[in-house]
Amino acid sequence: MNPVRKQRLILVVAVLVGLAIAVGLMFYALRQNINLFYTPQQIAAGEAPLNTQMRVGGLVKAGTVVRDQESLDVQFVLTDGKGAFTVHYQGILPDLFREGQGIVANGTLISNTRFEAEEVLAKHDETYMPPEVQDALEKAGHPGAQKDSE
Amino acid sequence: MVWKTLKRWYHQLGSPRYFYTFSSTVLPWLTPIALLTLVTGLVWGLAFAPADYQQGNSYRIIFIHVPASSGALMGYMALGVAGLVAVVWRMKMAEVMLKAIAPFGAALAAISLVTGALWGKPTWGTYWQWDARMTSMLILLFMYVGVIALQNVIRDPRQAARAAGLLAMVGVINVVIVKYSVEWVQTLHQGSTLKMFGESTIDPAMKYPLLISMLGLWLLYAANVLIRARSEVMWRERRSKWVGKLVREGNR
Repeated sequence: MNPVRKQRLILVVAVLVGLAIAVGLMFYALRQNINLFYTPQQIAAGEAPLNTQMRVGGLVKAGTVVRDQESLDVQFVLTDGKGAFTVHYQGILPDLFREGQGIVANGTLISNTRFEAEEVLAKHDETYMPPEVQDALEKAGHPGAQKDSE
Repeated sequence: MVWKTLKRWYHQLGSPRYFYTFSSTVLPWLTPIALLTLVTGLVWGLAFAPADYQQGNSYRIIFIHVPASSGALMGYMALGVAGLVAVVWRMKMAEVMLKAIAPFGAALAAISLVTGALWGKPTWGTYWQWDARMTSMLILLFMYVGVIALQNVIRDPRQAARAAGLLAMVGVINVVIVKYSVEWVQTLHQGSTLKMFGESTIDPAMKYPLLISMLGLWLLYAANVLIRARSEVMWRERRSKWVGKLVREGNR
């Protein structure tokens, strides 16, 4: 290769590698802030700040959704298998909200076991299938049928 | 052998005149095939593919969202390669490509953001969250706009290409972040459904129309790049004999 081009190539590669390392380090340092939400495990470990606006994410534990008959109050247990806490919410839940569904809630953590949500978002997983396939999977007791609860 | 063929192509396509004749033979085939593939994939996906077990029909936006997003990401990778060749080897065709690739990619990035927001409202319950995937995708759109703006703001086309090429290369780091953001950090956006390795978590009845739509859009992108590159080549070589001859013959 012609020496001038070689020099340019080395310079460009050096700049890019340096920049990639810088961005990588920045990403690493800000990891906690780039994460959209805290997991129940982190909350159980006391890593999340109390009484601050933040988001939590996890699965709605089956059989724990309690709806108030008179109002829009709802409470449920959010879990990731390694930690769990109760979420209180007043408002309309998204269509995809159901037991076993992954959700992200925005609000404040009152204590390590109680979260007051102002907004509840459903987190969709990457599985797509027609309803008939889902029925068939459920009938066969296939583990894939539970995949939608991830 | 393969290396030699690649090297020959590189030098041949590096010549504006050779590129012009080459694209003249490719385009009449590429454009109809691209349109046909895209329309087949979209009609199949939007009208005939089965509904999703959880989302019903609203999932169908995937047939636009995923092809647009993947096109925007691949387009930026191509932009980065063109930038590298333009900066290091100062090849004229790479400068032309830098200009030809950006606009369609920017449009696709915008489509990806808009369709994602429209899908997010019924599915997640929100149009927008500042999660890593969405934010990095927005940055991708800004990078595209930046590359286009840099080319227009600098008068001398060769200097403009070098500046834009450098920006294009730097932006490739962001493409990596967009791709892996859903794996590295917690995001509202789900992980990839289509997997390069391993089984995709999508039913075949939905996967095939999706893959066909993706292929169709990529081909359409390629056709658009060739058309843009041709007009740019014509403009840059307007003083050359072969362009003069083409214009006199009315053979545009």
